[in-house]
Amino acid sequence: MERPSYSTHLILIIGALFMTLPVWVAFATSTHAPETILREGLQFWPGPHLLETYNEVLFVEGGVMKQVTGMTMLKNSMILGIGFALGKVVISMLAAYAIVYFRFRLGVPLFWVIFTTLLLPLEVRIIPSYEVVANMGLLDTHTGLIVPLIASATGTFFFRQFFKSVPDELLEAARLDGATAWGFFQDILVPLSRTMIAAILIIMFVVGWNQYLWPLIMTTKEENYTLVIGIKQIYQVLNEGGELPQFQKAFALTILATLPPVLVVLIFQRWFVKGLVESEK
Amino acid sequence: MKRVQFEHSAIPYLFIAPQIIIISIFFLWPSAQAIYQSFLLEDAFGLSSQFVWFKNYTDTIFSNAWLQAAGFTLIFSSLVTFLSLALALLLAVKANEVIHGASTYKTLLMWAYAIAPPVAGLMGNLMFNPIIGDLYNFMNLFGFDFDHKLDPVDAGFVVVLISVWKQVSINFIFFLAGLQGIPKSVQEAAKMDCNSSTRRFWTITFPLLAPTTFFLMVINITYAFFETFGIIDTTTQGAPGGATNTLVYKVYQDGFRGADIGGSSAQSVVLMILVLALTVIQFRYIEKKVHY
Repeated sequence: MERPSYSTHLILIIGALFMTLPVWVAFATSTHAPETILREGLQFWPGPHLLETYNEVLFVEGGVMKQVTGMTMLKNSMILGIGFALGKVVISMLAAYAIVYFRFRLGVPLFWVIFTTLLLPLEVRIIPSYEVVANMGLLDTHTGLIVPLIASATGTFFFRQFFKSVPDELLEAARLDGATAWGFFQDILVPLSRTMIAAILIIMFVVGWNQYLWPLIMTTKEENYTLVIGIKQIYQVLNEGGELPQFQKAFALTILATLPPVLVVLIFQRWFVKGLVESEK
Repeated sequence: MKRVQFEHSAIPYLFIAPQIIIISIFFLWPSAQAIYQSFLLEDAFGLSSQFVWFKNYTDTIFSNAWLQAAGFTLIFSSLVTFLSLALALLLAVKANEVIHGASTYKTLLMWAYAIAPPVAGLMGNLMFNPIIGDLYNFMNLFGFDFDHKLDPVDAGFVVVLISVWKQVSINFIFFLAGLQGIPKSVQEAAKMDCNSSTRRFWTITFPLLAPTTFFLMVINITYAFFETFGIIDTTTQGAPGGATNTLVYKVYQDGFRGADIGGSSAQSVVLMILVLALTVIQFRYIEKKVHY
């Protein structure tokens, strides 16, 4: 390989700055006093109010009704992210197992039913979906928040692809040993899929955490806000209060909403990239 | 399908049941409802409704507001798709060349994938805030008379910028994976034949990346159509005067804010048809790839 030129590094550095600087400035600004921000604008260096701001944002009630803290929203986001990821993995593994390993009369039609979910994103059927959940009395519940979101087929396709690549000899051997359908799934297929499961869990946690439109329309009580939807409502309150605009809190909330999924992606970077690239093939 | 399979009658249905039940309740039924409602006209109180055939379609789709949103969506998604792909490709090619610090660059360029569009939108909104926003002041430094609250072009600029920023990282990940999938032997053979790295890129590398590029185009168009909802809702909310309404944002506004269920459903169905067309294009292309 020839040595890459300085311009190569320059372009990469500019690119990296473009991607990171806004978030850094958001963080740095969140650690200053509101008066400073109002007087001087955005801040590049961290200020002295880090603990104060984050303490207030996490533990003091905010929002229109003053009923929700950052901690509550953090908890709700965690439930949504983890519940969504786990639900999706379990349901799509089971469905993919049926599709790949069984010959049954409705197999092909049911596969196509699952397939159609890829065609119509939630956004185009948002009002009827809301009505269904409302009629079932599931507004403001975790079930109503998570279950409609796991309907889509992305996970099923991912596992179907993977199961197809598992050698046939494994099933032959297992059947000679008298394995049942559930036994083969539990003792052989699930352990074999461990890396795949980890990769899809990471991606789905991020996807679940970042949901916006669905939580926005189906949560009405402030104590059920997730961070991603709560920050906008609280941001509006912060600016319309008539007092000093609390920009540092708005920035702190965006950082809080960003931190967990970013950490997950950074820590599990290798699995995450693998899962992402493989699942879309 | 597997050569060796279980042959049970009831067990596969048990395995597939959870997903099918969820899909039926939360997907098939609402989708059918959306289509059905698009043919109904409700009175102002939502007490009675009558079947009006395609009146909702003709009413909404030939309205100026819808045409404006369709026009903006077209320009917006073309810009977002092109800019984020171009930027990501440039960065991926460069990141593929370097040896020193390669993994640091990679991490810094891809981590923003984890940020939710509405969070990115809110951050951008704060940066463009007239009171504290340095970006706002920067734009006005050169006498642009920049005001994204009043000027449609400026508002569009803000939304496009944030949407591109948010989308670069995922495109980067896929382009880099695509580049690393090109065999070393091909690269070395090309290097023997041609000295200009620019020409090598356009005649060898870029055509080999075509499958990735095409796949990403579909992903990016879908993103620009649907996922940018969160960005628009946290920045312009369609202002000024509906100039930054995308088709999806308008469905939401008419349905939830305006309570025009029939009109909103008709718009949903039009969107469904658009997505369907996109998917058909995607699959015809994937079929081609399989034959190669």
